[in-house]
Amino acid sequence: MATEYEPVIGLEIHVQLKTRTKMFCGCPLSFGDPPNIHTCPVCLGLPGALPVTNARAIHYGLMIGLALESELAPRSIFHRKNYFYPDLPKGYQISQFDLPLCSGGRLGDVRIHRVHLEEDAAKLVHVGESGRIHGSDASIVDFNRGGTPLAEIVTEPDLRCAEQAREWLNLLRVTLRQLGVSDVNMEEGSLRCDANISIRPVGSDELGTKTELKNMNSFRFIERGIKAEVERQTALLRAGEPVVQETLHFDPRTERITSLRSKEEAHDYRYFPEPDLVPIAITPQMLEAARAELPELPAAREERYRATLGLSADSAKLLADRAELAAYFESVLAVDSPEPQAVANWVTELAARLDEGDPAASKVAPAALAALIGLLSSKAITVGAARQVLDKLVADGGDPEAIVDAEGLRAMGGGDELEGIVAEAIAANAAAAEKIKAGNMKAIGPIIGHVMKATKGRADGGEVTRLVRQQLGL
Amino acid sequence: MSEATPTHGDTARIVRMTAKQLADAIGAGDVSAAEAFAAYRDRAAADDLNAFTWVADEAPPANGGPLHGVPLAVKDLFCTEGVPSQAGSRILEGYRPPYTATVVKQLADAGAPLLGKTNQDEFAMGSSNENSGFGPVRNPWDRERVPGGSSGGSAAAVAAGLAPWALGTDTGGSIRQPAAMCGIVGLKPTYGSVSRYGMIAFASSLDQAGPLTRDVTDAALLYAHMVGCDPCDSTSVAHPEQIALPSAERLDGVRIGVPRDRLGEEGLDAGVRAAFDQALATAEGLGAHVVDIALPHAAHGLSAYYVIAPAEASANLARFDGVRYGLRRDEDEGLLAMYTHTRHDGFGDEVKRRILIGTYALSSGYYDAYYGRAQQVRTKIADDFRRAFGACDLIATPTAPTPAFGLGEKTGDPLAMYLGDIFTIPFSLAGLPGISIPCGLSAGLPVGLQLAGPAFAENRILDAAYALEQAIGFAPLEIA
Repeated sequence: MATEYEPVIGLEIHVQLKTRTKMFCGCPLSFGDPPNIHTCPVCLGLPGALPVTNARAIHYGLMIGLALESELAPRSIFHRKNYFYPDLPKGYQISQFDLPLCSGGRLGDVRIHRVHLEEDAAKLVHVGESGRIHGSDASIVDFNRGGTPLAEIVTEPDLRCAEQAREWLNLLRVTLRQLGVSDVNMEEGSLRCDANISIRPVGSDELGTKTELKNMNSFRFIERGIKAEVERQTALLRAGEPVVQETLHFDPRTERITSLRSKEEAHDYRYFPEPDLVPIAITPQMLEAARAELPELPAAREERYRATLGLSADSAKLLADRAELAAYFESVLAVDSPEPQAVANWVTELAARLDEGDPAASKVAPAALAALIGLLSSKAITVGAARQVLDKLVADGGDPEAIVDAEGLRAMGGGDELEGIVAEAIAANAAAAEKIKAGNMKAIGPIIGHVMKATKGRADGGEVTRLVRQQLGL
Repeated sequence: MSEATPTHGDTARIVRMTAKQLADAIGAGDVSAAEAFAAYRDRAAADDLNAFTWVADEAPPANGGPLHGVPLAVKDLFCTEGVPSQAGSRILEGYRPPYTATVVKQLADAGAPLLGKTNQDEFAMGSSNENSGFGPVRNPWDRERVPGGSSGGSAAAVAAGLAPWALGTDTGGSIRQPAAMCGIVGLKPTYGSVSRYGMIAFASSLDQAGPLTRDVTDAALLYAHMVGCDPCDSTSVAHPEQIALPSAERLDGVRIGVPRDRLGEEGLDAGVRAAFDQALATAEGLGAHVVDIALPHAAHGLSAYYVIAPAEASANLARFDGVRYGLRRDEDEGLLAMYTHTRHDGFGDEVKRRILIGTYALSSGYYDAYYGRAQQVRTKIADDFRRAFGACDLIATPTAPTPAFGLGEKTGDPLAMYLGDIFTIPFSLAGLPGISIPCGLSAGLPVGLQLAGPAFAENRILDAAYALEQAIGFAPLEIA
């Protein structure tokens, strides 16, 4: 029997911080602007220019550290990471090495190894058909991006499959988005992810030889890329060939994996402390300021909604992932403590009608949704009628009670009127009635449909079923 | 322009003044700023020492600041907007930066017009100015000798009366040593007291700008307008004291520490030793107490320096890659060829040597043994000084072990060249201020006395240097 292998995956995530200016100079951050308009002697690496650390980036770094339950270094320093490339104007990147801002931590079921701050490289544009450096006619450099603050978040190798990696990365994304520290947009490159991947026989504690997979610029490609690499490594081991430690490129178009460089070709970055910058000493005031800006984070909110409010797992996750839904949910809850799961369900209903929009910006006031839920729970209206009222609210706003009255949507009691309509429905659907009598309750559909149509959905489904059985003598 | 074209007699009078005297004369209306500028511009333009790499045509509009009209020569490595700033390197030939270094801007704001850019060892790497990509500078005391380095152009220009004063930079001795060899005053300030923004970097943790001047008063005057915390330089700090013009006549009670063990170094010229001992005797005559101090780790300073400075330089010089400015070679032959050919052709031998040393010292597997260890030595040396300054107020040494040596004499032996900075380097490693003043002659060539103090003790150093300067009465080079 063939050996079963288990993937071991760790992620390295680069997040562009949403500061007003660059990491070490006063140039504004930008995306999509004409090339080389947001530059200065510092971010162009001109002779004699010196970096000055962006205090806001440190603040965001601390917020990330707190959110990921990291240990925050009381004193951390920047290092120079030396290598030559045209997108790196100084010939070194100012990054952090052995004294990062944040060490350790956890998000969900994945441990964090470290979080450090650094500057982004400029953007190389390869002129030519391939769009990649190989085979291009020329490469030109746009320094607008150069010097954008980055937080690099490195996980421990705690992920075990591609789907889990994708799911966890999404948790990280919503966490960072709710922190307000980044746009976390993979298409625009404000969130970038590399994966370190190895496999080992199931049950083994040892780590296999890892490869580093780069250039997965969407959630879909991350999942596909990791899957493809796990398959590649599994095939190698099954064939008795070793996995070679190397850096790999995933081509999303062909889904092929190609080697960028082997371990022997790996850079010696010659890190040493950046002498142009003074150490970052974190004061209690800085920590306090970071803590004060920390919102309730998705993981904690999900847990609270489940444990304290008794929401279903799906509802808790949906609301926790989308801060605007959670905020709306809580403002409905605050109106007059309706049943939380009902509120969650109706916020979900509302969200579905708003596409990606923020319900707070819709015409549906939290009090109106609360009133609608109240009408439903007092059985004054049926679920079907409630949906109609919600449609109205989304379109025009207003008061649910008034809409119910204006549209004649109030639920019918079990009285004579309903009995008569049920009798009509049975008469009009004789074949179905026969099947029901023969014991096939599933055939009741057309009869209920008839009643609902006749009552504009005001009839209670349970009551209708009861009356059908009664009138058929069952 | 008739007003700006002084007669020969006016010129001679102007260029014999110290900068302070010239500022006073301009302030009093005896000399106009235009006359002063024209006098120095003409002399600088006729420079036959190769001290200048660029000379201004005309002065910028006058602004009436405290240094109004006193022209300033600036070492090439200070960036000056629109003006060649080549750091003595062919890789930056013709480079005109889009911005001006903070300290040059401060001095311009104080009224000192930019006279010209002065020659230097390439990227400040050298002790003789022979490593310049634009040819060596000659020492005005003896044209067959070097002016010292790396601020050799600035020192020679001031000594020869081609400029009233000049800016230099000092990484391991590059202000003090050429000042000593040219018989002028050079102050290397406390690290961080002057902004480094716009100084083309050699070794960031050591580089510091400072004045090269005719006398101690001028050094104080120029330095007073250089200090300041610059928001563009994270390593700069506000000087805790107001820099005052010196006035001390006596040194009563001042304890001058002398590291006797350091004076036994091989290669200390007998004439230098004699002038140094004479200066100490003069100090005692002014009331100073000369005390012995020990600097047990200073002997390792040179080795530590030649790891740390090249390591930082190897990174600082990586930006000269042909991509954005300066020399570019063979861009059509691919990226690697462009990099290697540009750097091969653009850098001189000494620069390449130090990039190699620095790259090696930072390499994985060697970092701890070289860079890490050198930083430990640096800490030990700083501790030595902290201890020593418990027992003395100032430390005195010869500035350099020899007077100016002959052109070409040491170019074949880099290590011999490095030894020229043996007395200045330990203070640089500790970030401490030091001044070199002329204290006598050795075989007709000037000898420098180095007076160093604790961090931010510039006022104390300037006062003592002033008292000694008056007592020594060194005769500067006759300005022809």
